[in-house]
Amino acid sequence: MFAYAIRRLLVAVPTLFVIITLAFFLMRLAPGGPFDSDRVLPPAIEKNIMAHYNLDLPLWQQYLKYLGGLVQGDFGPSFRVRDFSVAELIMSGFPASLQIGGTAILLAVMIGVSLGAFAALRQNSLTDYSVMGVAMVGIAVPNFVMAPLLTLVLGVYLSWLPVAGWGGGAFANKVLPIVALALPQIAYISRLTRGSMVEVLNANFVRTARAKGLREQLVVVRHALKGALLPVVSYLGPATAAVITGSVVIETIFDIPGIGRYFIQGALSRDYTLVMGVMIFYAVLIMVLNLVVDLLYAVLDPKVRYT
Amino acid sequence: MIHTTASADAMAGMEELEGRSLWQDARIRLFRNKAAVVSMVVLGIIAVMAVLAPYLSPHPYDEVYWERIQMGPDFENAHWFGTDGNGRDLFVRTLYGARVSLMVGILATTVSLIIGVTYGAVAGYVGGRVDNLMMRFVDVMYSLPFMFFVILLMVIFGRNIFLIFIALGAVEWLTMARIVRGQTLSVKRKEFIEAAHAGGVSSVKIIFRHIIPNVLGPVIVYMTLTIPQVILTESFISFLGLGVQEPLTSWGVLISEGARVMEQSPWMLMFPALFLAVTLFAFNFIGDGLRDALDPKDR
Repeated sequence: MFAYAIRRLLVAVPTLFVIITLAFFLMRLAPGGPFDSDRVLPPAIEKNIMAHYNLDLPLWQQYLKYLGGLVQGDFGPSFRVRDFSVAELIMSGFPASLQIGGTAILLAVMIGVSLGAFAALRQNSLTDYSVMGVAMVGIAVPNFVMAPLLTLVLGVYLSWLPVAGWGGGAFANKVLPIVALALPQIAYISRLTRGSMVEVLNANFVRTARAKGLREQLVVVRHALKGALLPVVSYLGPATAAVITGSVVIETIFDIPGIGRYFIQGALSRDYTLVMGVMIFYAVLIMVLNLVVDLLYAVLDPKVRYT
Repeated sequence: MIHTTASADAMAGMEELEGRSLWQDARIRLFRNKAAVVSMVVLGIIAVMAVLAPYLSPHPYDEVYWERIQMGPDFENAHWFGTDGNGRDLFVRTLYGARVSLMVGILATTVSLIIGVTYGAVAGYVGGRVDNLMMRFVDVMYSLPFMFFVILLMVIFGRNIFLIFIALGAVEWLTMARIVRGQTLSVKRKEFIEAAHAGGVSSVKIIFRHIIPNVLGPVIVYMTLTIPQVILTESFISFLGLGVQEPLTSWGVLISEGARVMEQSPWMLMFPALFLAVTLFAFNFIGDGLRDALDPKDR
């Protein structure tokens, strides 16, 4: 398995390289420089600014410089947020994003698996149909609709929770963003769990376990659920990607000082280095998490052996 | 999954009704699914309303009524959904949003369909090292954070609606390619392909004449599920202010405008959100219904 992990990493490096190269040259294709403004700068000052951001060098030198910086974890200076480097911005946003996103994933797995298993155990009952109906709502109603609706009801009408803002990381401020981010994933995971659980419950080894006279609880938890969880584990990769994407919109709606909000601000103000830095950061994150999920899968499923 | 053998029990019940093809069979099963039928009717109504939008309301979509800014639903002046923050009629704007969303959904899905089906069929049919290489490429593409690439494209090349079509289509073809490849692998071992081979039909012709028509079932199911995904993604991008631009509009734009003022004028959020959610629901139900209809094993 160690060899497999290494090989996966070796594939990831060229992929990353392609992403960076593509993004870099796309950015330079963009019409207009990042410092085009209504104000006409004196040529000397403009030259100084260009030199500060290395924009006076030939393109290939800029590219090499950028790559060299990346290797050392330097994403370059932000074009718009004065006096901050992109790495500093990412690091300042990461804690908030991680708390929201990480909790949302945990919540989604716990609630999704429980709901799905519950529905499968009472297949074709009212409980089953209502759980699956709610899951359908979770899938069809996007989080950028769900978030304002939740805010309207819980924040504005009932005033139980703050409507937006980070509040220095207060618990009450995190509830709505986490719930809004987790809901679609809860829906997907519960549907997945229900499907595989129904299949597993009809499998021979579950019948054997029952025939041995094991308590129903043991049969469900130790035998059925373990097998039913495999599709959920393999969905965790796409789920993380979805949560990261979702966090962009959630952070913007709730005004949370995370990476996603920087990304959107950067995109709207054409802060190329910031947008690109965040994109590379996300790419690395998604790849690493995917690798972890695949290795986890190998640990759980004895049928999968990576050599 | 489906191919030539419909489910045995379905066959047994229809001995007296001879000569029913798989597709007729599927249609009957689909029309027996109430959720799917209701969804088709609802979608049909939304689509017709979107097409006839200019005739359904006396107001043009970009006309500003200064004296009626951000008003609730008002039947006297025929503002059935009220007006937006610029005093434009929300009913017409919601329908124009429907036009954009449905068009993006259908066009981007068509792009993904063409790329995905061709790519998957070629990979599956040729097989061997080519297949390996092609699918490895798909794997690599899968691991890219695509939404961010689309946003980057929007930032760099400006907010162009055709770019959205192409970008979304180019993103969504990956799963389609995987599905078609898997299907192709199983179809290409069938006797009729061998017969075509023996008859001297060229590979290109075999792929397009014999393979692709026989993998259409899962492709149609997945297509119905891709459309809502594309609509959702377009709304997502527009919601963030990076998609469709004024004075044109889309549900994502309307929802984001509505969310900003939902405390004073909740209807500005409710109506577009309702339309988007209902459309996504309907496509999902139709997709589920089609899957059940085309793949009796899965029930």
